[in-house]
Amino acid sequence: MAYRILEKEEIAPSVHRMVIDAPDVAKAAKAGQFIILRIDERGERVPLTIADFEKETGTVTVIFQEMGKTTKQLAKLSAGDALEDFVGPLGTPADVRKLGTVILVGGGVGVAPVYPQAKAYKEAGNKVLTIIGSRNKDLLILEDEMRKASSELYIATDDGSKGHHGFVTDIMKQILDSDEKVARVVIIGPPIMMKVGAGVASPYDVEILVSLNSIMVDGTGMCGGCRVTVDGKTKFTCVDGPEFDARQVNFVELMNRLAMYRGEEAKAVEKYEEECRCGLN
Amino acid sequence: MSEKTGDKKKSRTPMPEQPPAVRAGNFDEVALGYSKEDAIAEASRCLNCKDPNCVEGCPVNVDIPGFIKLICEEDFEGAIEKIKATNALPAICGRVCPQESQCEALCVLGKKGEPVAIGRLERFCADSEREKGVSAPDPDIPEPTGRKVAVVGSGPAGLTAAADLAKLGHKVTIFESLHKTGGVLSYGIPEFRLPKEIVKQEVEYIKQLGVEIKPNYIIGRIKTLDELCEEFDAVFLGTGAGLPRFMGIEGENLNGVYSANEFLTRVNLMKAYDPNYDTVVRYGKHVVVVGGGNVAMDSARSALRLGAEEVSVVYRRGEEEMPARREEIEHAKEEGVILRLLANPTRILGDDKFNVTGIECIKMELGEPDATGRRSPVPVEGSEFIIDAEAVIIAIGTSPNPIIFKGSEGLDQSRRGTVVAEEETGTTSKCGVYAGGDVVTGAATVISAMGAGKKAAKAIDEYLKEK
Ligand SMILES: Cc1cc2nc3c(=O)[nH]c(=O)nc-3n(C[C@H](O)[C@H](O)[C@H](O)COP(=O)(O)OP(=O)(O)OC[C@H]3O[C@@H](n4cnc5c(N)ncnc54)[C@H](O)[C@@H]3O)c2cc1C
Ligand code: FES
Repeated sequence: MAYRILEKEEIAPSVHRMVIDAPDVAKAAKAGQFIILRIDERGERVPLTIADFEKETGTVTVIFQEMGKTTKQLAKLSAGDALEDFVGPLGTPADVRKLGTVILVGGGVGVAPVYPQAKAYKEAGNKVLTIIGSRNKDLLILEDEMRKASSELYIATDDGSKGHHGFVTDIMKQILDSDEKVARVVIIGPPIMMKVGAGVASPYDVEILVSLNSIMVDGTGMCGGCRVTVDGKTKFTCVDGPEFDARQVNFVELMNRLAMYRGEEAKAVEKYEEECRCGLN
Repeated sequence: MSEKTGDKKKSRTPMPEQPPAVRAGNFDEVALGYSKEDAIAEASRCLNCKDPNCVEGCPVNVDIPGFIKLICEEDFEGAIEKIKATNALPAICGRVCPQESQCEALCVLGKKGEPVAIGRLERFCADSEREKGVSAPDPDIPEPTGRKVAVVGSGPAGLTAAADLAKLGHKVTIFESLHKTGGVLSYGIPEFRLPKEIVKQEVEYIKQLGVEIKPNYIIGRIKTLDELCEEFDAVFLGTGAGLPRFMGIEGENLNGVYSANEFLTRVNLMKAYDPNYDTVVRYGKHVVVVGGGNVAMDSARSALRLGAEEVSVVYRRGEEEMPARREEIEHAKEEGVILRLLANPTRILGDDKFNVTGIECIKMELGEPDATGRRSPVPVEGSEFIIDAEAVIIAIGTSPNPIIFKGSEGLDQSRRGTVVAEEETGTTSKCGVYAGGDVVTGAATVISAMGAGKKAAKAIDEYLKEK
C-alpha cells in the first residue's frame, strides 16, 4: 500500500505543503481532524492536522515544519514519491455550527489547521474573524487563502515585519474588548500560545476551544499515549479531541508530555543529518 | 525439575530453550521447538484414550489423540492436516494457547504425572510443515457465490472468519485500522514468544484464498458500520478489546508511564528494539509493570530485553492467582523478572521535570472468600513502600474500543462496552452484523477468538444462503 505525493512545495523557510492522493481519507475528512503518516517501514507514526481536503479529486493536504528527524526526512520527498502509510481521518471533527461571530486564531504552522475550520465556519453562516501570526513575515503562511476563507483577516508578527507588531492574542483581546459579540474563540498553535491565548480570553463570556497536538502512536484510542487532563479527568486527545474546552485543559501537563522524547529526538536529528552529509540518504 | 528427571512416562520431554541469561538479552524466540526425536518420544506418552478428555478442553475440538498417533507413525503431514481440519492457526496456537488450563488440564496422565505436551506437539507439526516449505495444498475454492462480506479487524477472530468465508466462495474484504495485520498477534505478543514471520505467513495464506486486506482503514472514521452494511451482504466484527485501562491514581500521566498497549506497540509493531527503526521507547534502569496476566509478563520481559537492569511485576494477589500462562511466569522468573506479589500501587512519583521516579505500593493480604469463593485482596493499612522506577507499565486490562459504534445505530453494547452477540453464532442485534473474539468476550484468548470467528463464518454462510 502506498500513498502518492502529488504536490510538494516549501511555502515558508522549513515549512512545507504536501498534497497526497488518499481518496478514502479525503472523502470522509471534516474540519478539525488529522491523519497519521509513516514514511517507510522503519519510520515513526506522526500525526499531522489536515490542512485541506478535496473530496472530488481525492486529495488531502498537510502542512508541516521541519522539526524532528521524520519531518526533516519528509521534507526531502517530492512529488511522485510515496508514503508507506497515511491513515485517517482521525479525531472528532470540530463542532462547527452557526454561532454568529467566531474568532479563529492560528500561530506558526498552527495556521494550517485553522484553514479548513475557517472555510467550514464561514460555510455554516458565521462571521469569521481570523487572526494569523508568526515570528516574522517570511514565516507567515496561507495569507491569501485565509483572506478568502474569512470575513476579516488580521495579521501579527513578533518582529513587526508585517501587520500588528506583537502577538495574535493582542488582536484577539482588542476584538473581545470591542462591541463585536463573539460566540466562540478557536486557538490553534504551539502549546504556549494556546495557553496564553486561553488565559487572555478566559475572563470574557465566550467559548474557548483549543486543538491539542499530543504525542500519538495509533490515533484510535488504543495506546493512551496521547492522554491529557481536561477538567481533572484523563482524556485521549486522538478520540476525545483533538478539540477541548481551553479553560479546562491542563497545559502544563501537556507541555511536559510533549517534551518526553526531546532528548531522543535531538539525537535522532543529529544522526540523520550526519547520515545525510555522508550521502547515506 | 520433573521434566529432566523421573520416569519417562511421568514427565514430559523437555523443550529446548535458549538459556535464560542469553535470551534475556535478545528478542529471538525463547522456546526452540521439538526435534523429530523429541516429538516422537513425547507423542508416544499419549495413552490414546477411547474417550479423550483433552478434546473437550480444546475450544475448537482438535482431534488430539488422532494427530498425536500420526506423529508416532511419523506421518507429520497427516498430523498437520488433522489439526488444520479444525484449527487454522496451529503454529500460533501451539505457541500461545493456555494449554495448561485447556486440553492439557484434562489429560489423564496429568493425574499422576505431567500431561502430554499437546501444545508443543501441535507446534512441532506446524513448524515441520513450514520448514519443508510445502504450503498447504491450494484449497479447492468453490465457485464464487457473488456475496460480499466485510470483516473488521485482522486479529485471530477476523483472520479465521475471513479464511472460512473465502473457502465457502464469498468475496471477503478485511478492514484493519493499523498499518499491519494480525491484531494482538502483531502489536501485542512479542517476537520472542511468537515470531512475526509466522503471523505473516498466515496472513499470506489468507490472501491466497482471495481475501482482500485494507490496512489503515478505520471503521467508524473512514466508513461507518451502517455504510458497510449497505455495501456488503454481511459484516463480521472482530475488533478486539484494544482500549487500555488506567488505574486512576496520582501521577499516572507522568512521563514514563505507559499503558502496556503503548509500550508493546512501540516495541513489537514499531520495533523499538531495532536501532534501524526510528521508534523511541523509554525504560531507564528500573521498570515496574502492574498486572498479572500475559500482557504484564510480555511487558516485563520486553523491558528486560531492551536493557532495563531491574524489572519487577507488581500484582495484588499471589502467584497462583496470576492469570498469565504458567510457562510465561516461569520464563519471566528465570530471566530475572522480580515478582512483587500481594502489592497494589497507590500513586506514582515524579520529579520536577515530570519524569517518573518511583511507584508507591501498599501490601495486600487475601481476605475472606467472597460470594464467588475467590479470596479478594485487601490492603494492609500503613504498609506502603516505594519501588524506584524510570518507567511504569500498566497492564491491568483492556476493554473494547468504542470507535466502531461511531455514527451507526442498532448495535447493542453491554455495560462493559462489549458487543452483545450470541455465543454459538455471533449474531448481534444489528441485521447482517456478526461479532466474535475479544470485542464480545472482553480480553480473552487467541483460540477462543478463532473459535468465535469460525462459528460466525458458518452462521454468516447460512444467513447468506437464506437471504
Ligand atoms: C500482550 C498480549 C499477550 C497475550 N498473550 C496471549 C497468549 O499467550 N495466549 C492467548 O491465547 N492469548 C493471549 N492474549 C490475548 C489474545 O491475543 C486475544 O484474546 C486475541 O488476539 C483476540 O483476538 P481478536 O481477533 O478478537 O482481536 P485482536 O487480536 O485484538 O484484533 C482486533 C483487530 O481489530 C482492529 N480494529 C479495532 N477496531 C477497528 C476498527 N474500528 N476498524 C478497523 N479495525 C479495527 C485492531 O487494530 C486489531 O488489529 C494476549 C494479549 C495481549 C495484548
Ligand atoms: S494515540 Fe494512541 S490512544 Fe491516542
